[in-house]
Amino acid sequence: MKTYLPARFLVERNAERCIRCKVCTNQCSFDVHSYDSEEDCIQSREENCVGCHRCVIFCPTRAITIRKNPLEYRENYNWRPEVIEDIIKQAETGGVLLTGMGDDKAQRIYWDHLVLNASQVTNPSIDPLREPMELTTFLGRKPDRVELSDDLSLKTEIAPQVKLEVPVMFAAMSYGAVSLHVQESLARAATEAGTLWNTGEGGLHPRLYKYGKNTIVQVASGRFGVHAEYLNAGAVVEIKIGQGAKPGIGGHLPGEKVSAEVSRTRMIPEGTDALSPAPQHDIYSIEDLSQLIYALKEATNYTKPISVKIAAVHNSAAIASGIVRAGADIVVLDGLRGATGAAPKVIRDNVGIPIEMALASVDARLRQEGIRNQASIVISGGIRSAGDVAKAIALGADAVNIGTAALIALGCTVCQQCHTGKCAWGICTSDLFLTKRINPDIGAERVYNLLRGWSVELKDIMGGLGVNAVESLRGNRHHLRGIGLTDTELNILGVQMAGS
Amino acid sequence: MTETTEATTTVVKIDAAGVSHRDLNAKLREAVANGAQKIELRNVHGQRYIGTDLNKPVEIDIFGTPGNDLGSFMDGPRITVHGNAQDGCGNTMNNGLIVVHGHAGDIIGLSARGGKIFVKDDIGYRAGIHMKEYGEKKPVLVVGGTAQDFLGEYMAGGILVLLGLHLEEGQRHKAKFVGTGMHGGVIYLRGDIEQYQLGKEVGIAEPDEKDLQDLQRLVGEFSSYFGYDAGKILENRFVKLFPKYLRPYGRLYAY
Repeated sequence: MKTYLPARFLVERNAERCIRCKVCTNQCSFDVHSYDSEEDCIQSREENCVGCHRCVIFCPTRAITIRKNPLEYRENYNWRPEVIEDIIKQAETGGVLLTGMGDDKAQRIYWDHLVLNASQVTNPSIDPLREPMELTTFLGRKPDRVELSDDLSLKTEIAPQVKLEVPVMFAAMSYGAVSLHVQESLARAATEAGTLWNTGEGGLHPRLYKYGKNTIVQVASGRFGVHAEYLNAGAVVEIKIGQGAKPGIGGHLPGEKVSAEVSRTRMIPEGTDALSPAPQHDIYSIEDLSQLIYALKEATNYTKPISVKIAAVHNSAAIASGIVRAGADIVVLDGLRGATGAAPKVIRDNVGIPIEMALASVDARLRQEGIRNQASIVISGGIRSAGDVAKAIALGADAVNIGTAALIALGCTVCQQCHTGKCAWGICTSDLFLTKRINPDIGAERVYNLLRGWSVELKDIMGGLGVNAVESLRGNRHHLRGIGLTDTELNILGVQMAGS
Repeated sequence: MTETTEATTTVVKIDAAGVSHRDLNAKLREAVANGAQKIELRNVHGQRYIGTDLNKPVEIDIFGTPGNDLGSFMDGPRITVHGNAQDGCGNTMNNGLIVVHGHAGDIIGLSARGGKIFVKDDIGYRAGIHMKEYGEKKPVLVVGGTAQDFLGEYMAGGILVLLGLHLEEGQRHKAKFVGTGMHGGVIYLRGDIEQYQLGKEVGIAEPDEKDLQDLQRLVGEFSSYFGYDAGKILENRFVKLFPKYLRPYGRLYAY
C-alpha cells in the first residue's frame, strides 16, 4: 500500500561543508542518510527522519540542518497535521498508535502558573554561599509521637528510613526499556549525589548489584526478575501499580527488545514478549495491597521502606489514603506528563490528571486524616527544573523523581521514538551497536552535574525564602502564589492568588 | 520452643498458637539461622507469609491452617501443609517445594519462577497466572482436583497439571478463560475441557512422547506424596494446552 504519510522533517545538507565523511550515515539509526558512491554524495531519505538531531550534533563540519517540513495543509484548528497523520497511520496499519516519552499536548502546566516568594525587609534572606543549607531528606514512615527514656535516649521504634542528600531521585526505567549503560550512568550518578535510582520492572542486572544502597527495586505486575536476593539488594522496595504515561494498562516489552541479557535479567525466554498485565493479579483491593506490602516487609525482614507507585487519577487522594493505611512507607504519584518507553498514544495523552493537582489533593487529604506523617510523598511526571522541584516540595512533596530530565542530560532530545527501540542516542534501546553510545563514565558525570546544578539552585531559592532547611519548605504553600488560575484551581492547589 | 535431636536431623518445634505472623516468621528465621533442618509448626491458624524469606532447604511441617502468601518469594524450603492452604500460596516463589494435603485457595503459584507445588485436592481462581521459566528454572504446579476460572492466564513458562481425580465419570473441568494471554509453558489436563473454556491464544493437542515422560515424572511425584497409584492415574486420557504464539500481541501496534 502506498503510504500517504508525508515526511515530518526536511534534511538540508550544505554541499560546500559536507566532506562525505559518512559520520551521519553511521550515526543515524533510522536509515535517513546514505552514501552514494557513484555520485560521491550523501543522500537523504527524509521520510525516515524523526528529528532527533543526532547527525546534526555529530557532523564535524556542521553541514546538516534538520527543519520541520512546513506541511502547508489548509489551516484547521481541529484537523491539525498530527491528527491527520495519526489517522493515516491507522488507516494503513489498523493498529494501536504507540509512542514514547510523556504527554506532549497543551494541557495546562500548573508549575508555570505558580510562583515562589522571597524575603524582603521584614525577614532576612540567607546567602547559601555563606550559610549552611540543608537539602537532606529522609523517606519513610515517621512516628506519630516520639518518646524518650529517662536517659533521653529514643524509646520510640523508628521505621526504616532512607536518606537523600538531595530530594531528587531518578524515575523507574527498566533494563529493556533503557540500556544497561543508561542504568549504570544513573546508578553511579545517584551514588555520587547521595540519592536513589530505580530499576523499573525489568529486574536488576548482576553488574548493578553493587549500587544496591542507592537503588529502588521495583515489583510490578509482570514480577520480572523478582526474587529474595533482588528484594534485599535495594534500599527501598517499590510496588508499581500504575504509571502516569499509561494509567490502568499494563506493558508489553516487544520480543525484539528481549535480548539474551534482557531475558537473563527478566528470567523469561529470549524473543518472547515480556507482558506486564494491567493489574497485579494478587491485588484487587486495598486489603490485597496491604498483603503484598507486608509480604515484602517479611521478605526483607522489616529493614526497608516499602513504596507504592500509582498514576495520578481522579480519586488519587482517597486511594493514597488507602495506600498509607495499607502500610506503605512511601507513596509515589506519577502525573499526566509522566513518560514511558512505550505506551498507546491515546492513553498517554488522554488518561490521568496533572501531577500538581494530584499532589495538592493527596497532601491535603493525608493531613486532614492525620496520617501525613505515616508516609513520604514522592511525585514525578514532567519535572523540568529546580524551580519545579521547589514548587513541588512547597505543594507537599517530600521528593521528586526525574526521568526525562535525566535522559536529556544523557543526550535525549525527546524525539518520542523510544518505542521503536532504535534510539540513535543509545538510550532507549537494547541494540548493542547503539547502546555503546552511552559511556557510563561520561553519562554518570552529565547526570550528576545536572543534580549538582539543581541542588545549588534549590539552595538559592530556599535562601531567598529565608529558610535554611528543605523541611521548612515542605508543604508550606504560603510560599506559593498562583497566577492566571481560577478560584477552583487555586482551591485545589491550596494556594492564594498572586497579590493576595 | 523445644529442640529434640533425632538420629541426624535437628527438629525444632514451634507452637504458633497466638503468635503474630511477624513473630512467627522471626522464630522461623532464628531457627533456620541456628541450623535447623526440620521445623514443626503446630497450631497454625491463619498466620500469613510463612517461610517467605527463608533461603535454605529446611523442611517445614505445618499443622493447622497457614494464612495467605504461604511461601511467597520463598527460595528453597520444603513445606508440607497437613491441612488446607489459603490464597497466594507460592506467590512469586523462586525455589523449593510446597505439598498441601488438602485444598488451596486463589492465585496459587502466581508469577512463580521456580520450585514445585503439589496440592492433593482443588485450587481456587487465577491459579498459576504469569508463571515463568528461564533455562533450568521451571516452576511446576500439580493439582489432584480441579481449578476455577483464569487458570494459567498470561502464562509465560512452567508446567501446570490438573489431574481431576474427583471428577465424576463424564464430568468436565469447569474453569473458564483458561490460559488467556498464554505465551509460554504448558498445561496438562486429565479429563475433558471444551474449546470455549480456553483463551483464544491456547491450542489443544494430544501429549507427545516428551509430554508423557514429564507427566510420568510429575504424577509419580504427586502420587508419592499423597499415596495414589500413579500408573492408574496415567491410564486415563490427558490433553495438552499450549500457547499458539510466543508473541500474542505482536501485531497489535502501529509504529
